[in-house]
Amino acid sequence: MSANFEPRIVGFLCNWCTYTASDTAGVSRMEQPPNVDIIRVMCTGRVDPVFVLKAFAEGADGVIVSGCHPPGDCHYNNGNYKTFRRMPLLQALLAQYGLEEGRFHWGWISGAEAPQWAQLVRDFTEQVRDLGPLNWKRQIESKE
Amino acid sequence: MSEDTKETKNGKLKLGLYWAASCGGCDIAIVELREKILDLDAAADILFWPVAMDFKYKDVRAMPDGHMDVVLFNGAIRTSENEEFARLLRQKTKVLVAFGSCAHEGCIPGLGNLFDRQSIFERVYLTSESVDNPNGYLPQTTYQLPEGETHIPKFYNTVKTLDQVTEVDYYVPGCPPQAPQIWAVIEAILGGNLPPKGSVVGANQKTVCDECKHKREEKHIKKFYRPHEIIPDSTKCLFDQGIICSGPATRGGCGALCPSVDMPCRGCYGPPPGVIDQGAALLSAVASVVDADTEEEAARIIGEIVDPIGTFYRFGLPKSLLHRVKLEIGD
Repeated sequence: MSANFEPRIVGFLCNWCTYTASDTAGVSRMEQPPNVDIIRVMCTGRVDPVFVLKAFAEGADGVIVSGCHPPGDCHYNNGNYKTFRRMPLLQALLAQYGLEEGRFHWGWISGAEAPQWAQLVRDFTEQVRDLGPLNWKRQIESKE
Repeated sequence: MSEDTKETKNGKLKLGLYWAASCGGCDIAIVELREKILDLDAAADILFWPVAMDFKYKDVRAMPDGHMDVVLFNGAIRTSENEEFARLLRQKTKVLVAFGSCAHEGCIPGLGNLFDRQSIFERVYLTSESVDNPNGYLPQTTYQLPEGETHIPKFYNTVKTLDQVTEVDYYVPGCPPQAPQIWAVIEAILGGNLPPKGSVVGANQKTVCDECKHKREEKHIKKFYRPHEIIPDSTKCLFDQGIICSGPATRGGCGALCPSVDMPCRGCYGPPPGVIDQGAALLSAVASVVDADTEEEAARIIGEIVDPIGTFYRFGLPKSLLHRVKLEIGD
């Protein structure tokens, strides 16, 4: 494993809460590593599990899904209900695939919680860095 | 070759059938054409069909390239022999068809991707209750005998689909493909009415639910049941009753055979058009009907689902986005 490994992390953030938090964190110059590639979605209830699987299959070392606190924060009333029904099952699936637990994080950060977002980015990046490169492509391309 | 000329003259289709890592059910499905198999024989010369007639591998190797018109290839790629034959038949045929779930998406042999070569060998040859192998013999690809060196094919770590080792023209899904669908495909081949290359043939464009007779209502699942844990109401949707049914994430074409006898669809016809990962689609559908208003309740209901990969990818693990479970580094 290379000593200067920089994890690539994909973050699916809901437009109304966590994306707003990440925007505020950036504008407020909160210190955070540049390892998270953010994909803004309208709602985490719109995050198909296939997005997360595809991210890992195509080279992500870690994935974050984050949206509005249940029960009441969701802009669409109950989009985050879909999230907390799907994500634990996806998490169990990823565990069975042999992915380390620390590579996938899902949860809630509201638009007013920019410092929590910056903290998550710092902690998660270090956690994934410690786990090392995932490199799922290599085993897909394995000849045997 | 004189035989070649004769075949060209009689205008018959030159057909080959092969099995790789499969159970033989796809070949049985051909026989299930019943009396139509005589029509098949009238329309086609079968040049290669190891399961039914005596052919030798050297016969295939001796054919000129592109000699056969169509090869129906069933079975997944488990060993080096499977892969060698996939490539050889690709060379010897004009049209290569991934026939049946194994060649199409890995099927039950593909669940071997939950393990690797070493763990499978240990289970099969050493720790299995019915095995007596005190010296711990494991298969070797080469072995020296007094008569000379013997070779057996290499067992791969990962089961692959046919299109992961060679180019495939068409896919016929199903475990096994249903006889009327097979006949429709054969007629399409004979009539030259094949769709664009890469198409799935012998199946429908909608999901199994579209063909299912059970009555569907709004789904509110408080508890999931495995098929042996409940006697379902035969008139209502099985999924509505908490039995995980792959119908919503599976291509139709079978006529909803399993649900019609109160067994949930297990997904053998693969994903419907537009879906790239059948298991993810099914997982998404299953989780979204969980009737839970708190995270704790959702986690409890979801936690009742044992073996997510075996449930959601029963027939398609090698074709899934991740293909297999993680291999140890250095393998």
